[in-house]
Amino acid sequence: MEVSLIGIHKYFGAVHANEDITLKIPSGSIQGILGENGAGKSTLMKVLSGFIQADKGEILLNGKQVVIESPSDAIQHGIGMLHQDPLDFPPMKVIDNFIIGSRLPLFPKKSVVYREITQLQKQFDFDLDLEAYVESLTVGERQQLEILRLLWLGASVLILDEPTTGISAPQKNKLFETLRLLAGQGKTIIFVSHKLEDVEQLCDRVAVLRQGKLVGVEVPPYNIESLVTLMFGKLVNLADRQDTCTETPILRVEDLALESPRLRIDHVNLEVREGEVIGLAGMEGSGQLLFLQACAGLVRPIHGRILINNKDLTGKRYHVLMKEGVTYLPASRMEEGLVMGLTLNEHFALAGENQGVFIDRQAIQEVTSTRIKEFNIKGTPRSTVESLSGGNQQRALLALMKNQHSLILMEHPTRGLDIESSIWIWSKLKNRCSSGSAIIFISSDLEEILHYSDRILVFFAGKVSPPIPAEATHVDQLGQLIGGKGWDKLGLPDLQL
Amino acid sequence: MQKLSDRGINLLFQSGAILLALLFTTIVLVLSDAPPIEAYRNILIGSFSSWKQFSDVLVAWVPLLLATAGLLVTFTAGLWNIGIEGQITLGAIFCTGLLRLTLGGDVPPWMAISLSILAGMIGGALWAALAGVLKTFGGVNEIFGGLGLNFVATALTLWLIFGPWKRPGIGSMSGTEPFPMELWLPQIPGLRLSVWSILIAVIGIAIIYLLLQGTYFGLKLKAVGKNMRSAYILGIPTTRYMMSSFLICGLFAGLAGSIQVVAVYHRLIPSISSGYGYLGLLVAMLVNYQALWSIPVSLFFAALNIGSIQLPIVLKLDSALAGVLQGSLVLFVLIMQGARSRFTKRLLR
Repeated sequence: MEVSLIGIHKYFGAVHANEDITLKIPSGSIQGILGENGAGKSTLMKVLSGFIQADKGEILLNGKQVVIESPSDAIQHGIGMLHQDPLDFPPMKVIDNFIIGSRLPLFPKKSVVYREITQLQKQFDFDLDLEAYVESLTVGERQQLEILRLLWLGASVLILDEPTTGISAPQKNKLFETLRLLAGQGKTIIFVSHKLEDVEQLCDRVAVLRQGKLVGVEVPPYNIESLVTLMFGKLVNLADRQDTCTETPILRVEDLALESPRLRIDHVNLEVREGEVIGLAGMEGSGQLLFLQACAGLVRPIHGRILINNKDLTGKRYHVLMKEGVTYLPASRMEEGLVMGLTLNEHFALAGENQGVFIDRQAIQEVTSTRIKEFNIKGTPRSTVESLSGGNQQRALLALMKNQHSLILMEHPTRGLDIESSIWIWSKLKNRCSSGSAIIFISSDLEEILHYSDRILVFFAGKVSPPIPAEATHVDQLGQLIGGKGWDKLGLPDLQL
Repeated sequence: MQKLSDRGINLLFQSGAILLALLFTTIVLVLSDAPPIEAYRNILIGSFSSWKQFSDVLVAWVPLLLATAGLLVTFTAGLWNIGIEGQITLGAIFCTGLLRLTLGGDVPPWMAISLSILAGMIGGALWAALAGVLKTFGGVNEIFGGLGLNFVATALTLWLIFGPWKRPGIGSMSGTEPFPMELWLPQIPGLRLSVWSILIAVIGIAIIYLLLQGTYFGLKLKAVGKNMRSAYILGIPTTRYMMSSFLICGLFAGLAGSIQVVAVYHRLIPSISSGYGYLGLLVAMLVNYQALWSIPVSLFFAALNIGSIQLPIVLKLDSALAGVLQGSLVLFVLIMQGARSRFTKRLLR
């Protein structure tokens, strides 16, 4: 189906999120939508998929004007959207997930659905077990489930919003294969991303958005530099590596064993020195989060010792470790980091040092204003945190860190952020390192891990590699390790499942 | 989009809620064959026509405001302290108990009264601490825990009235033996009202206002109430804060119970809390965390309660009409809050 967006305008209050966007997407093509955070990509896609309505402009499908007022309108018109976070029901079976979102009668005939879906699976080369429970699927399989569901509902236009976030390299390749197959059979694919390499690898054409405007449409072969210039209005380069590592140890982990309902980690040994950055690599749920939370005192080890600044703090609570200078920055900012409904002022008051009984609003206001400027947060002291964009929430979270820290533990420090913001955030973090802090962070972005870490721990199904110096490895090796291969070369047995 | 001021929208929806509540109550009245205007007029007469009537409103206002003040603290911490009724009751029991101890001794009355109020506050706080411990350490939702403790408190009152503290001769539903006049909180001559209790209520709400508005304690409590996990990661000892909010609420509930004993009934009666705890929950919901607003709103609710007392006599209507109006007011205000957020969302997106 050919999709035409004509003169789309969308305002959020004073912000012009989409400004006169006109874009024609031919049938059977893979259209990339590229842009940094807040460029208006998601807004445009939400307009097309009926989550929000444009203030001005038209949508034409196969040349016919349509009005899309809700997501169910959109699917009626054949437009399906795959969200960043899967919208499924983990405790239910795959087959039931199909039936839930459909317009079948009260007592649907499962056998018919079964047959239809099996046929679709064959047509598009999917291999999902319909009787499996959704919670047992990988993130990649859950994406497949969602794609299949949209196809079954009759989607001929598929919108994918940042689909490569949080999936492994093989899963990504599989996804791209599927998308090419779908496009080959006449489906229109719209692929939203801020990752240049993904777009370069997959898309037949790319539209670049910047500050709400469509600034260019490119076709292969792509010139990466010109795409970057279109995205940011200028060229951006990764900062050079800087070595801030010293000899003074901050954290010592001795023969640590951890256990969660899903997995068990044994015999972890690690010494982290001031100024050092340790990257934790692995597929989501391989044990790296468990390890990070154990270092924060949020998970109690079942064996071994954790020493911070030469003090044995094994089994102590997070608040005790905090006093020793440990800070934990979670990935789910709104659930675990910031408090919805409170303003930036209130957050800085809460995080501030030397609190008395009464709040000195004047002083807090000053602190907040300084931090807002210093961390380049787009918001005012009186803005509530939920009114900030994701990138600004992350900046706020960083800005809340107290000044003296010895150990910063982070989950996905730049997830969902564009290159420029990521570079900026890492420059702030590196500053902390040069003043003596150490960082341990989790990331699903191997490039990020390689570029910023001094040493890397790889996690696979609860197994932990010895620390690997970042200079001694490369993306391919890490990719294999997180997939369970090549462990014998580290002097460990291969861990194929 | 045109810019409507936030305050303007708020006011619009709030007054809409009041009108709808009145409309709803009127429909109830019409359906039960009662003259609505006449009923409302009688409520007004019953509460504002004379000093005597108005002083009765104030007598009801004091415990209601104190209960609301306490509840504002638990609400801020994100807790539904349904157990406040029991906490008021325990306050009254402890207060009565201490006054009984001083009978026949030579404790000066002012000291007996002060100590008994203090004992009441401790009693309320202890009962609240029970609900708090059940919640924070036992994993029992504070609504269920509180509700259970309310029943226990009622049973305890009845047992005391008909058992150990029964009147000479035979126990009766009218309560324990009344205390001598010198153990009453001094009243304005000719009225049931005591200036002291008004003073206590005003100081109480002022303390809560300051606590919630201006202190780190209040801000941290708010953070705990809005997002416990984030609050913990920000370094706030969440369990301790939740327990403190229960204790503070219990202190205020116990104070309300003590006032019922030393200033209103001068003895322990079976339903000493008079439902002010539940009514306080309504007021606290209605004012949406704003301590100062609870002063006029609780006064209004007290006026409805007192004003409707004479309905059965004059109009042969049940005095529960006040409850209908209060309940529908809260419901409509909550509905309107929902409607408002949908409305503003639509404007924004």
